Amino acid sequence: MSLYQKTAHELHQLLINKEVSAEEITNSVFNRINDVEEKTKAYITLTKEQALEKARNVDEKIAAGEKVPPLAGIPIAIKDNICTNGVKTTCASNILYNFVPPYNATVMERLNGENVVITGKTNMDEFAMGSSTENSGFHTTKNPWDLERVPGGSSGGSAAAVAADQCIAALGSDTGGSIRQPAAFCGVVGMKPTYGAVSRYGLVAFASSLDQIGPFTKDVTDCAMMLNAICGHDPLDSTSVKNDVSDYTKFLQNDVKGLKIGVPKEYMTEDLDPKMRKVIEDAVVKLSNLGAVVEEASLPHTEYALPAYYLLAPAEASSNLARYDGVRYGYRNVDADDILEMFMKSRSEGFGSEVKRRIMLGTYSLSAGYYDEYYNKALKVRTLIRNDFNKAFEKYDLLLSPTTPSTAFKIGENTDDPVQMYLEDIFTLSVNLAGIPGMSLPCGFVDGMPVGLQLMGKPFSEGTMLRAAYTFEQNTEYNRQRPAL
Amino acid sequence: MISKKDVEHVALLGRLKLNEEEKEIYTKQLNDILEHAEKLQKLDTKDVTPTAHVLPVKNVFREDEVGDHLPNEKATANAPEKEGNYVKVPKIM
Amino acid sequence: MAQWEAVVGLEVHVELKTNTKIFCNSSTEFGGDPNTHVCPVCMGLPGVLPVLNKKVLEYAVKAGLALNCEIAPFSKFDRKNYYYPDLPKNYQISQYDLPIAEHGYLDIEAEKENKRIGITRVHMEEDAGKLVHQGTIMTTPYSLVDYNRTGVPLIEIVSEPDMRTAEEARAYLEKLKAIIQYTGVSDCKMEEGSLRCDVNISVRPTGETEFGTKAEIKNMNSFKALQKALEYEIERQIDVLEDGGTIVQETRTWDEEKGVTVSMRSKEEAHDYRYFPDPDLVPVVMEDEWVEEIKGSLPELPDDRKKRYIEAYGLSEYDATVLTMAKEMSDYFEEVLEYFPQPKIVSNWMMGDLTGLLNASQVEIENCRVSPTQLAELLKLIDKGTISGKIAKSVLEEMVATGKDPAKIVEEKGLVQISDQGELEKIIEEVIVSNPKSVEDYNNGKKQAIGFLVGQTMKATKGKANPGMVNKLLKEKLDQ
Repeated sequence: MSLYQKTAHELHQLLINKEVSAEEITNSVFNRINDVEEKTKAYITLTKEQALEKARNVDEKIAAGEKVPPLAGIPIAIKDNICTNGVKTTCASNILYNFVPPYNATVMERLNGENVVITGKTNMDEFAMGSSTENSGFHTTKNPWDLERVPGGSSGGSAAAVAADQCIAALGSDTGGSIRQPAAFCGVVGMKPTYGAVSRYGLVAFASSLDQIGPFTKDVTDCAMMLNAICGHDPLDSTSVKNDVSDYTKFLQNDVKGLKIGVPKEYMTEDLDPKMRKVIEDAVVKLSNLGAVVEEASLPHTEYALPAYYLLAPAEASSNLARYDGVRYGYRNVDADDILEMFMKSRSEGFGSEVKRRIMLGTYSLSAGYYDEYYNKALKVRTLIRNDFNKAFEKYDLLLSPTTPSTAFKIGENTDDPVQMYLEDIFTLSVNLAGIPGMSLPCGFVDGMPVGLQLMGKPFSEGTMLRAAYTFEQNTEYNRQRPAL
Repeated sequence: MISKKDVEHVALLGRLKLNEEEKEIYTKQLNDILEHAEKLQKLDTKDVTPTAHVLPVKNVFREDEVGDHLPNEKATANAPEKEGNYVKVPKIM
Repeated sequence: MAQWEAVVGLEVHVELKTNTKIFCNSSTEFGGDPNTHVCPVCMGLPGVLPVLNKKVLEYAVKAGLALNCEIAPFSKFDRKNYYYPDLPKNYQISQYDLPIAEHGYLDIEAEKENKRIGITRVHMEEDAGKLVHQGTIMTTPYSLVDYNRTGVPLIEIVSEPDMRTAEEARAYLEKLKAIIQYTGVSDCKMEEGSLRCDVNISVRPTGETEFGTKAEIKNMNSFKALQKALEYEIERQIDVLEDGGTIVQETRTWDEEKGVTVSMRSKEEAHDYRYFPDPDLVPVVMEDEWVEEIKGSLPELPDDRKKRYIEAYGLSEYDATVLTMAKEMSDYFEEVLEYFPQPKIVSNWMMGDLTGLLNASQVEIENCRVSPTQLAELLKLIDKGTISGKIAKSVLEEMVATGKDPAKIVEEKGLVQISDQGELEKIIEEVIVSNPKSVEDYNNGKKQAIGFLVGQTMKATKGKANPGMVNKLLKEKLDQ
């Protein structure tokens, strides 16, 4: 087994036992990138030089007998909408094709504090708007399990990079499923923490009230380690919450006895692909056999989540993306005669069609005369959806569902119909509307493509989710399977 | 129903220059999406409080203490056009 | 011909005197090199988030309380969306439907009448950057942007449309400035832009209760400009209506040089700010206890101070009004009183000579070279009889010019009053000898002739003779 195939916790042991060096690990991962990046196109920017320098730095510390943090020397990839000081951050958009942030996102400061090795910046749907990376302004990432298929999105590059062993773990962001859906499509573990658990400072905003950074990992243990590194209160983010979990790995117990899990019937409808259903039902049986109490639950307003989401997220986006105007950074049309023309041309030429569509939609739903009908209505529906979850969590510790209605679709299959594409997020976006944590973990295959099991919990119950996921993982083999590339 | 004129108005508000073809496409697609959103109108939300924030966080403040500034060359490093310390833009009127 | 009345409301922006900006820790200091008082947050870089400066909230509440407002127990921030190159995010963080303070008022005096002007609301928001043009914004080939001022905290104070004349509007703005200055939350310097004022104005036939179509006027940089712009605009609107025309709802700018308001080219789109709650900021909840604490920190405000000056110091209503109008003036007065506790005398000197000298050299009281203690020293010299009131006037003149201590000037120029009886008698005798005509007149019953002789004595002593003694001694001599 090559070093690049290992998990972070395995590599940490090798490092502190001085069996391998961080430089060897980093070289192994970059060799792997060299071999398969052509096929997956997971990255936008690679930072090999800095990575090796950092790795050597970690090796010096270890050689000096210093106790290094669990993620020290571990190669990690970063979604290209997280600001990295001195390293280009494009959001996969032509409007930010050359933007180099003069500051670090808080998560980057935290990872640097852990002495993590950064491999580079991963591809995504432009400004995180999409479910396939086909909306990237630069290129489409391929699913390592089938290069004809999408890796999911918007954090498709991060998911593919982890699945293809082009990094050990990665950061993504999730606004309506952008971590969980690609994690499911690529057969890796992905977690969207509770809104407020991870600082958004330095995450380029798509929809501020829904966005949250989270990890992609090869297993649940690494997920807990990543949460340890990135969670915590940040005075630079007003919506960041003080939460006192000091170590998520404490929740890694192979035991779900007595855990009450609800399966919302609205997620297991007639429309669900029977093969998918079978995989999920098998997972339910597995958890029941392991001692969990699994029952049918209900989230009655589920059908309203999608329309509410597609009013709220674009509305916030239309305002968040107003700053890309060619004045202070990014692309500017230099032929414009006056400022209005410069704004209009720079934005039209810099943004891709999905981003423009959402700016249009969001601007419309906020504009005079429609606020109450659309935006405010959606905020009220958001309350109803939260109430559904609150009620369900009075009875259950966790909710369980498929992460997606189907496995990864073919590249080009959904690009002509935005509504069809939006339906891809139907099982994931309620979690963002409610602000609760959600994770996806590998739970089987349909026609050779991975299926994701989604767990949803009450705010700040990441620990409980990790426990259930860990137990499932310890008693199955799905996460150990890797695509043949 | 969103008309092409609405699309033109919204494009101006959002500072997007659309060609005729885009206007047609967006008119159709926005209508499709909003038709889907019509479903919400069925819900009685008269007594429902809107959720602007999912978490009950309030009164988050910063103390009034000066911190580090970006040096000018860093602050304007990404600007497409500069003059001296300034960021340069085309005429406004 | 119909009688017309104007309906005027003011929107006033006041820059708060905090160390740092409203949502980041960049300095608010005035006059730094362009784009040096900036950070990722106020530059609106991708990914940044705002965090509210606590001091801004406390200052806004303080201003609201000073303006007799109710403080909102629950308040929030909203985004006002519009594109402008000095607005980095292309939205301004402001407060829309739940401002921090509402329903206040202030009292003005105009045309010798007292009037209460309602204050609709006070809300917090961020300032925009500065655009630099070659020539004017209309003619410049390009513009340059400086973001130093971006994110400087502002409060916007919106009045009810309660004013009916240009004078009332001016009185309102003067009073508002005084109150805000007293609270200490802002310098309120119109010339430096820390107090800015937009006016909404319409006219209607007297007695009509409906409002006419209003115009908004911007770019008035002094009280005088406000009054002149309003006088002009009221006339203009009346003329338009009397000629059978209609008023266009528009924004006009005050052209100070030409003394006219000019229509600003109408934008190609209607304003549609698409306000919505800013998801990056959390609500502000003001508990009663906190509001009370801030209330307790309010200093004495102009109305209370004026009342005290009248009641405790026996000043005239007019003097008390002028002294309390500007905080600097009033603070100066108070400080002089600490060293020389004779309010009426201090008031007379400040209202008279000092103000006259400052006006003549166009210096504001806060930049006056004469410190309050120095003025007190001067008054003490008069009180002790060291110098005469007349000499004191010329000493003050020199103090204003040089900032020197009065005692030093008196000493340097040998201005100490001659109160030595022997010395004075000698001089008086000389005066009597050299002015036989006046002495004769006096003796013939023309008692006012003594005035001339006093004058001659003062002249002979270069004004240093103690005038009281000169009078007394002359009389004695002449009546012998």
